[in-house]
Amino acid sequence: MTAPTQQKLKVNGPVVVTANRLSDGAVVYRSAVGGWTARLAAAAVVTTAQAAGELLAEANADDFAVAAYVAPVALRDGRIEPGNLRERIRLAGPTFELPLTFGI
Amino acid sequence: MQLVKGGKIIDDPYVRIMDDAPIPEEGAVLLPARRLLADAGELADRAEAIGVLWPNERSVAELAPHLDRVAMIALNFPNFRDGRAYSQARILRERHRFRGELRATGQVLRDQFLFLCRAGFDAFEVSKLPDALAFAEVVKRYSGFYQPASDNRWPVLPRRRAAR
Amino acid sequence: MYVYDEFDRTLVAERVAEFRDQVARRLSGELTEEEFKPLRLMNGVYLQLRAYMLRVAIPYGSLSSTQLRKLAHIARRYDRNYGHFTTRQNLQFNWIKLSDLPDVMAELAEASLHGMQTSGNCVRNITTDQWAGVAADEIEDPRIWAEILRQHSTMHPEFSFLPRKFKIAITAARHDRAAVRVHDIGLRLHRNGAGEIGFEVIVGGGLGRTPFIGKTIKPFLPKRDLLSYVEAILRVYNQYGRRDNIFKARIKILVHELGAERFAAEVESEWAAIKDGVLAIDAAAIADIAARFRYPRYERLDDDPAELMLARQATAGFDTWYRNTVSRHKVPGYAIVTLSLKPVGGPPGDVTAEQMDAIADVADRYSFGEIRVGHEQNLVLSHVAQRDLPALWQALDRSGVATPNVGLVSDIISCPGLDYCSLANARSIPVAQELTRRFRDLENQRGIGRLHINISGCINACGHHHVGHIGILGVEKNGEEFYQITLGGRSDELAELGALLGPAVPYGEVADVIEDVIAAYRELRASPNELFIDTVKRVGVEPFRERVYAAR
Repeated sequence: MTAPTQQKLKVNGPVVVTANRLSDGAVVYRSAVGGWTARLAAAAVVTTAQAAGELLAEANADDFAVAAYVAPVALRDGRIEPGNLRERIRLAGPTFELPLTFGI
Repeated sequence: MQLVKGGKIIDDPYVRIMDDAPIPEEGAVLLPARRLLADAGELADRAEAIGVLWPNERSVAELAPHLDRVAMIALNFPNFRDGRAYSQARILRERHRFRGELRATGQVLRDQFLFLCRAGFDAFEVSKLPDALAFAEVVKRYSGFYQPASDNRWPVLPRRRAAR
Repeated sequence: MYVYDEFDRTLVAERVAEFRDQVARRLSGELTEEEFKPLRLMNGVYLQLRAYMLRVAIPYGSLSSTQLRKLAHIARRYDRNYGHFTTRQNLQFNWIKLSDLPDVMAELAEASLHGMQTSGNCVRNITTDQWAGVAADEIEDPRIWAEILRQHSTMHPEFSFLPRKFKIAITAARHDRAAVRVHDIGLRLHRNGAGEIGFEVIVGGGLGRTPFIGKTIKPFLPKRDLLSYVEAILRVYNQYGRRDNIFKARIKILVHELGAERFAAEVESEWAAIKDGVLAIDAAAIADIAARFRYPRYERLDDDPAELMLARQATAGFDTWYRNTVSRHKVPGYAIVTLSLKPVGGPPGDVTAEQMDAIADVADRYSFGEIRVGHEQNLVLSHVAQRDLPALWQALDRSGVATPNVGLVSDIISCPGLDYCSLANARSIPVAQELTRRFRDLENQRGIGRLHINISGCINACGHHHVGHIGILGVEKNGEEFYQITLGGRSDELAELGALLGPAVPYGEVADVIEDVIAAYRELRASPNELFIDTVKRVGVEPFRERVYAAR
């Protein structure tokens, strides 16, 4: 969970390229059909550093989203799931309930 | 890259002389720092303008003895986030009373124009054409400033007193 | 409270216009992200894990009720109905869209609020004692000086592209509630032998990857010289601070590498050239700023009025709250009240829009419309008449900000951590939440006594864990969250960095370990009156280490 943009590109399993939508910071993934998607299920999954590098270059050239990096995923029963806690939080949000009314 | 001075894009009268190239007899020349310091004696008689490109990691105190010989000082922003040349500019203007052209070079972008002006720069090698064209507009963005600097603009405190 | 004049308002309005233009140029692609990022940071706009975050400046922690209502409005209209108060007295919104930000800035400007210089490599919010202006042990109001420095450092043409961020804190009380010894510049207003008031100047303090306690380079600086001296420090830093390595770019590294004496000599040399110039502060300049501070028209009241004494006897809950959260005011008949933003199970320092509005109302009614933000992430009502305390308590209790845990073990200071922040290695908020649940019992908390737990989700130390009595630092090991625990840190006039307790502990065990640390304290303390921090000082970390790690 070290800031991924500081990491060297090392691919040890399935990965996706993820970023934040410029207009509102929402989490997006480089899509399997080009462009971006908010659905992890529709993300392009690659398994080599070469492919990840190409996908990342594509992402960086597309200003629709910013701060792109390579993130691990886990493939379970044909489903794509986030590969670590940081990515789980990026997909699903903070791990506690947001305050609506508390202490009351 | 466009040279902006007096609020307009102008042609650059200075020719950059690379390290060991001969210095032409005529025309304004922009020399690297090493060259100016090494050839100071030779250049003493030169009638035409001499400019110096001064690195941002070198103290301007070294340049101080040569200021009367130099018509233009170009200070460098290797990237716009490296703000050392702002201090160099202020020291040249305010401590050494340099009155010649103070030029910003390197990565010079629109959103730094006002800071540059206030620090004492009056010429700008602007990286992007749209920024150069917008110069006159951009320096009007702010009408007042809190602190005194190298420009002529009256900071807020004396203005407040005058307004009372 | 400082009241904006025409110049202040104009500057902020022009800033909003500039930012609107910058956002438009970014969204159109005219500005790249690399060019835009420092510009948005200089307006307090971060990109976090799943959204942009806006950090609103609350200069030296002083807020009016009007401003607090405006923050509530922003939370409702543009965010998710809540905000987070930080360890530097600012407020963060976690969900604002970039495309909305120009409008948000415009609305904030209507209440004299902005996000200027809450991020970026410039001088950040100048922080101070949340009891400034009303503390019994204060020699004068440090906020005047914080405002003088704020104005001087706002859009300073020479110091907007420093090697790294720059944080200044100022205190004027015997007891330092502003942590001046762990700031880039710390200023301590005090009286010298001749009875004159001036500044002790401390530089090179800071937390993060390489924590340092600051060094005093000027034991006494006359008021007249404050701006020129700070200018000299900044100029030395701007020129000689490292720019080759982001982790070595703070002034604390420069002071450490040069040595305090040599650094001080560089500053003196620069200062000699400018000290008698335009930055010399005269009495008129001070009066000009002071004139725009509004102070309450206090009534002549007696201490311990009947309403207060009766309520204390009649209502145990009120008495408990009174003894925990109310502090002595320098004006007789008045009190300083701390509002705990640390309810059991709550994220530390978070406040809903409804709570903000309720607190604004209460501030108007009972505290001359003024609210303070403390770096320990609680709020303060700084001018409450003692006779109003019972009614105030009821109102605060209804709003959920009357938990009587101020300064106790469940009054935890925490950064947002991995749940929000893209720099984090581990979560911090759920750790804090669990700890508040383990220690929810008030009698137990009072039995433990004053104890500050600070939690940071990464080495950037925004939770100030180095100076916590108990510090908790989240790290990552093989994809799992682990936590290093330190003991014995403090941020006040006896500032010290905590010492490592032992090997890092996995997420699921942190609360157990803290319970064991506190059990060890109960065993080791010389008496129930010996504070945790003093026990650690007396016996060291080793006896704690033995007990905590014995069964692990």
